[in-house]
Amino acid sequence: MLGVVSSIKILAGDRQADRIVPPTGFTARLTLFTAAAMAFLSVFALALSLASGRLASRWGEELAQSSTVRISAPSDQLASQTQAALRVLRTTQGVASARALTQAEQQALLEPWLGPDVPVDTLPVPQLIEVIEAPEGYDVAGLRLRLSAEVAGAVVDDHTRWRRPLVRAAARLRLLAWLSIGLIGGLMAAMITLAANATLAANTQVIAVLRLIGATDMYITGAFVRRFTNRALAGALFGTGVAVLALVFLPSSEQENGFLTGLGFQGFHWVLPAIVPFVAAAVAFVSTRAAASRALRAFS
Amino acid sequence: MDAVIELENVAYSYGFGSNELLADISLKLSPGSFHFLTGPSGSGKTTFLKLCYGALVPTAGRIQLFSEDLRMMSRDSIAMSRRRIGVVHQDCQFVDHLNVYDNISLPLNVVGDGQLADLSNLKDLLGWVGLTTRANAFPAELSGGERQRAALARAVVMSPDVILADEPTGNIDWEMSQRLLHLLVELNRMGKTVMIATHDMSLIRAAKALVQARVLRISNRRLQLAGADL
Repeated sequence: MLGVVSSIKILAGDRQADRIVPPTGFTARLTLFTAAAMAFLSVFALALSLASGRLASRWGEELAQSSTVRISAPSDQLASQTQAALRVLRTTQGVASARALTQAEQQALLEPWLGPDVPVDTLPVPQLIEVIEAPEGYDVAGLRLRLSAEVAGAVVDDHTRWRRPLVRAAARLRLLAWLSIGLIGGLMAAMITLAANATLAANTQVIAVLRLIGATDMYITGAFVRRFTNRALAGALFGTGVAVLALVFLPSSEQENGFLTGLGFQGFHWVLPAIVPFVAAAVAFVSTRAAASRALRAFS
Repeated sequence: MDAVIELENVAYSYGFGSNELLADISLKLSPGSFHFLTGPSGSGKTTFLKLCYGALVPTAGRIQLFSEDLRMMSRDSIAMSRRRIGVVHQDCQFVDHLNVYDNISLPLNVVGDGQLADLSNLKDLLGWVGLTTRANAFPAELSGGERQRAALARAVVMSPDVILADEPTGNIDWEMSQRLLHLLVELNRMGKTVMIATHDMSLIRAAKALVQARVLRISNRRLQLAGADL
């Protein structure tokens, strides 16, 4: 509680005290640049994290809601086995719908690999049945058993083997993005601590004078902490602004035919970058305060 | 009347195992008293003054600032006590990017009275130390004497109970040192306790014509009364 009160007192500002810290110097530029660069990177890492989250959920949802039954049978039995499989599927609990893909749809699926001119209808291509699951899903093992009994050439593919690595990769990407944000925050704290230490070391005479005339630790700390917090806030506002502009001008996902979900923010996520400068200021506040407290203890 | 600063069997050494610079020092500074502290260079005059304003903690013995035991005081309590002690250093430390006026008013800002400070009082103070025309100058632009007077003005702006001056005339000519001495004597007449550390015997002789002063000497790590041989 005392810490919160003293933090508020420090942040409340004191124009006279603020003049005590020299206004310029390389640490000022270093802090501004560090905060701007870190905020820029943080916004991108945040965007990456949110985009990978969207990707994971989209892949997960799309692949989880549909599965495929593949009928591999001699050409004279293909139609009958397909009808048998559809009958089984229509009576399976948890299956919302099931339909056999048309020749054209199957050709379209193969086209990227075989090219447009290959006569797919002359090839022994298995028949695919698209199965759309009801929200509660169906019992895959049970369906496999029934199909193996009634349709000899049917194989159920519930996309698990495709879905799991994709979702795992997207989740890992999101984790890495959050880790990056954490590292950026830590790096910024380290850089600002270094800058604060340099400033404190360069201003030992100012501290000596303040001590001599009876300044308390909070007064001295406050003067330095406010300076660094304000610089970090200003730098981070600039860096965040530039990063948001860069994201605004990224190509949209529609232009990329839906392959990318878009690295930019979507919906209310556009509000989230506004938090970054304040987090940067908080990091600067905490790290400068710790550095100043250490310096003052050493000074006495 | 209680002593403003009291030292009782105080010893001090810089670091563990090093020889004691000061040993078995006892002294009471009464309100309104005037003291000179003499001794050869390196005898421990500056260290003694630092002990008196709580910048150093004794390795043995007890120091009381305004009846509070220094060892029991927090850093903030020492800072509060220091507001009642004006210190003038030989190398008068200033905040270099602030002008004379701002440097002198700094103690008022530290206690939070910066906005309320009576500007006419500050101007009177600048006039008293003869720096009215130099109010906007920066410390680097001041001569040695001007720096000493600015330091004295800063030391007294809070109207402290005690003024400790460490070789205040070390870098200035005779005329300027006389002027500074008169200012310190004037403060003593206002009831302030004054202690001047100096090895300038002529300053002490000049002061004896103006004020009743005790002269102390640090010799062989100990404090002695040295008035008789001056």
